[in-house]
Amino acid sequence: MTIERTTALVFLICALAVPAMISGFVTFQLTMLLIYAIAIMGLNLLTGFNGQFSLGHSAFYAIGAYTAAILMDQFGIGYIWTLPAAGLVCFAVGFLFGFPALRLEGTYLALATFGLAVATPQILKLTPLEHWTGGVQGVFVMKPNAPFGLPLTSDQWLYYLTLAAFVLLYVLAKNLVTSRTGRALLAIRENPIAAQSMGINVSLYKTLTFGVSAAYTGIAGALGAIVIQFVAPDSFGFMLSVTFLVGVVVGGIAWLPGAIIGAAFILFVPNFAEDISKGLSGAVYGIIMILLIYVMPSGAGGIVSSALRVLRSR
Amino acid sequence: MTSPVASIRDVAMRFGGILALDGVSFDIGPEQIVGLIGPNGAGKTTLFNCLSRLYTPTSGDILLHGRSLLGRPAYSIAALGIGRTFQNLALFPKLSVADNIKVGGHAEIAGDFISDALRLPRARAGARELDRRVGAIVDELELGALAQRLVGDLPFGTQKRVELARALATNPSLLLLDEPAAGLNHEEVDELGGVIRRIRDGRRISILLVEHHMGLVMSLSDHVVALNFGRKIAEGTPLKVQADEAVAAAYLGGTAQ
Ligand SMILES: Nc1ncnc2c1ncn2[C@@H]1O[C@H](COP(=O)(O)OP(=O)(O)OP(=O)(O)O)[C@@H](O)[C@H]1O
Ligand SMILES: [Mg+2]
Repeated sequence: MTIERTTALVFLICALAVPAMISGFVTFQLTMLLIYAIAIMGLNLLTGFNGQFSLGHSAFYAIGAYTAAILMDQFGIGYIWTLPAAGLVCFAVGFLFGFPALRLEGTYLALATFGLAVATPQILKLTPLEHWTGGVQGVFVMKPNAPFGLPLTSDQWLYYLTLAAFVLLYVLAKNLVTSRTGRALLAIRENPIAAQSMGINVSLYKTLTFGVSAAYTGIAGALGAIVIQFVAPDSFGFMLSVTFLVGVVVGGIAWLPGAIIGAAFILFVPNFAEDISKGLSGAVYGIIMILLIYVMPSGAGGIVSSALRVLRSR
Repeated sequence: MTSPVASIRDVAMRFGGILALDGVSFDIGPEQIVGLIGPNGAGKTTLFNCLSRLYTPTSGDILLHGRSLLGRPAYSIAALGIGRTFQNLALFPKLSVADNIKVGGHAEIAGDFISDALRLPRARAGARELDRRVGAIVDELELGALAQRLVGDLPFGTQKRVELARALATNPSLLLLDEPAAGLNHEEVDELGGVIRRIRDGRRISILLVEHHMGLVMSLSDHVVALNFGRKIAEGTPLKVQADEAVAAAYLGGTAQ
């Protein structure tokens, strides 16, 4: 068995066992960690693997969250079904956004996606949409209980549900990036002109990747809405996009397991910084980030892959 | 005479004030190695870029197996049977040698996001088929020991070999090689000559070879086309073109127009 498989197995066993040993609040935090990990994984597919920069993923997270909240609140749809629905809606939005993005490179794409991030919370507040979105107030949703009489608290059930979604989406992403499609994504990132001359339909792959990436982040948003039981426009600002990007970089560009590490970083390090100094928490967080990028410029993924290379060459 | 694999018909390419190609016409026959020579800036790479649809000629037409390429998008050219290398290397540096070559086989196997994400049988069958083909090319070009190395870490000469392997993985009927000998030492150039000839003989394909290394072009080519300032100034057997005064003048920097 390879090191990768062993690690995955150990991770899974720990992840399954852990809720029995921790408090409801920590369970909730771990659920949020998995949710962020899904969002980061989605962004990594786009930015890390395909080389398309996005500062707009808070918008897809928001659209996913609102899709779930509105479907539950207005249409009485079961929360489970809101997850694929959020994925589909965000796939469509991401795919369509991918078309104009095709004409934009690097910094210009960053700027366009930044626009998306800035516009979305405002649009969600618009009066004509208020009937669905609840305007500034947002939408409250009911906390689901464990089904089939499972002996789990609501927090534990949502944790396991999120874990299942994470594992499923991880396996799909892993299959994708190790396949013909994944090679095409990397080839486009490395040299789009050569990729095209090798028979890759660059525009199609880029737009589809935008869609898939948005779908991942949208599903994360939907899970977030269910777990937090509330959506409001101002929780999905531009800073959330930056936070996801930090997660991608800390975890490792184009390294899927890094999503967990990146999510842990964006979830726990700000709290840790606050513990060190209440007044200067932002500065502490910033300095930790600078040090980290200095010490491991290619993120946790870079360290792991160098370690693996050393192990294998022995 | 058998019908040509590719016909370049009166192709002109203008970049602003520069006429990089000016009414160039010639044919590439089946299993022919055609040498394309000319001084720096003559328009050789521009013609390659027209053939691979990275550029659209200002006028003229390009036929492959009798059909015009001009309505086709650049990404479809590999599947139509034109494979190429680039003058200044256009590899995927952070991918392994094997993966670089596999990208060349992209259009040769089936696959899409869904069947790849779900590892459906057709995706797995495609992956196996690609492994087999790439394995054969890796052996042919003696890249086996390097297959898992990152291309960006390899020396220039080896990178050129990887690029050739990647072009072969597109399974071309016409192979475009843009200065494959540039930057190689004497020994490597000799070896390259053998490799190119073996590729043509083994696959029975046509090759359009741009090269400044005259010894190599003249010894390999069945037919040579000379360009200068975007115009064809001579065409014929290597002996005929070598003896051509306009060609000699062009290389001496004279104005042979
Ligand atoms: N994309 C472009 N935009 C503007 N001018 C270009 C472009 N591509 C080529 N040219 C010009 O067209 C002319 C022909 O260039 P090309 O690269 O085809 O020459 P070449 O024969 O390949 O030369 P070399 O032997 O140096 O590679 C040159 O004057 C070059 O500057
Ligand atoms: Mg050139």
